[in-house]
Amino acid sequence: MSTSALSTRGLDKSFGSLVVASDIELDLPPGERYALIGPNGAGKTTLINLITGMLKPDKGRIFLGPDEITLLKPEERVKCGLVRTFQINTLFPHLSALEAVTLAVCERRGYAGSWWEKLPAYGDAIEEAYAILLSLRLAASCYRPTRELAYGQQRLLEIALALATKPKVLLLDEPAAGVPQQESAELFSVIAGLSQEIAVLFIEHDMNVVFRFAHRIIVMAAGRILLQGTPKEIAADARVREVYLGRARHG
Amino acid sequence: MVTSAAVAEPQRYLETQIRWRPVEIAFWLATLLPFVLTPNYLVLASQIAITALFALSLDLILGYAGIVSLGHAAYFGFASYTAGLIAKWGWGEPLTGLVIAATAAGVLGYLTGFIIARFRHLALIMITLGLGLLLAEAANSASWLTGGADGLQGVRMWKLFGVFQFDLYGTTAYSYSLVVLFVCFLVARRLINSPFGLALRGIRENAIRMPAIGAPTRAHIRKVYTIAAVMAGVAGALLAQTTETVSLETLSFARSADVLVILILGGAGRLYGGLVGAIIYMVARDQFSGINPQYWYFWIGTLLVAVVIFLPNGILGGAARLVRLFERSRA
Repeated sequence: MSTSALSTRGLDKSFGSLVVASDIELDLPPGERYALIGPNGAGKTTLINLITGMLKPDKGRIFLGPDEITLLKPEERVKCGLVRTFQINTLFPHLSALEAVTLAVCERRGYAGSWWEKLPAYGDAIEEAYAILLSLRLAASCYRPTRELAYGQQRLLEIALALATKPKVLLLDEPAAGVPQQESAELFSVIAGLSQEIAVLFIEHDMNVVFRFAHRIIVMAAGRILLQGTPKEIAADARVREVYLGRARHG
Repeated sequence: MVTSAAVAEPQRYLETQIRWRPVEIAFWLATLLPFVLTPNYLVLASQIAITALFALSLDLILGYAGIVSLGHAAYFGFASYTAGLIAKWGWGEPLTGLVIAATAAGVLGYLTGFIIARFRHLALIMITLGLGLLLAEAANSASWLTGGADGLQGVRMWKLFGVFQFDLYGTTAYSYSLVVLFVCFLVARRLINSPFGLALRGIRENAIRMPAIGAPTRAHIRKVYTIAAVMAGVAGALLAQTTETVSLETLSFARSADVLVILILGGAGRLYGGLVGAIIYMVARDQFSGINPQYWYFWIGTLLVAVVIFLPNGILGGAARLVRLFERSRA
């Protein structure tokens, strides 16, 4: 277990009679790029909610590196280095991009509780936030309120907020959802270019993107992990073709 | 990678965001005008300053952190009775009384904050309403302590700094209330321009995202709720000290509702919203109730509906939009 950045053991979750996660065993090595695929309703987002603590599992354990985090609150898991983004933009509409990322940096550095010192006094936090925005090509519009940013920029800001927490493990829930195909490739090249110290697990429906950027693919169906393997193995597997690849794609 | 010139710019930008504007300085200078222009209305001016401070404290939790409260009078009234009782029992020194009463309100705020921080939206409105009613009824039934419906009698304040007597004209009362309001305003202004203030705006803008960036939302809420309770307490204590009486009205639902109306009229989340709202509301009430007192709420109701429909961000929000339009047309 010590070799994995993130691992789960026997995660179960059901809502009444609806099983959304069943015996999920997952190992994400440091620095790897894993894709999580599966048809709509397979339980992909639910799995992210379970891992990040937004949902409580009925059974099972979650480890970040060697440490068990099953009982930690979502914000405590973030402090440990486990962070996520959202499929539907979950941003701060009236904060500027600079303010939003500075806020995330301040929370990590432990500045966010201080109310007797002006924000501009924390130059190091602002500097770090600006550097993140610069690296994601958001610097030019960082003074504008989030709600006025173009949709693609808002998707990048989702990632910028996550990066500001200095994650060891980054869970991306359809980072390119709703982004036109051309821009989607750009967005994923940003993700591919992230620090090699960050392990990334991303949900994505576009198979071209998945096969291009993922080192390994996990296929989910009906709350279970159906199969894990390299892109080559997955592409060749008959069961995967049946449950997922063979059918019409969903958005 | 990042040159220092490129970084100085965002820092400078954030600094210009919080700089004192000329209109702010003009506003505070204008608060001195009643001494010269309307010396007969200093009692009213003092009431306005106290109400403005109460609205400012609500703005910290409602306007910045998005915590809706229908029971904010609990802290106002609790401190009012505390300040009144201290003076009645023989310690009439205003400043220490103010500090003790505000601390009492802060302790109450800190304790209730543990409940408040767990809820949002409708549940929060009901809980704050319930806590407010609870305290009002407790004060009513403990008439041996509070004087019940007759109000707390026998409050005698000493001279302020041993020099300034609280007189009938309200000169001392207004000076005292205004200075305290200004000091509290400086604290509030510093708070909302701090990293903590940014975190509060984060909670207001998206409470779901906050834990996902590692923010301890509940701890933030408890903290701002305590600070707001202290500030509401300062306002309540000021009222008790300047009027030398405390009535059950200080704890009433009507006071909680009024301060909410005042803040929304003026513009929540704008720091000056509560101040401008208090001036308009209190002056209008003074004028209208002189004509036909029983219809006062008819007019305030009309005003409230009109403001919410036409100026969703309050009077100050509307004014800010006008300024932007004007600047755009000039550019």
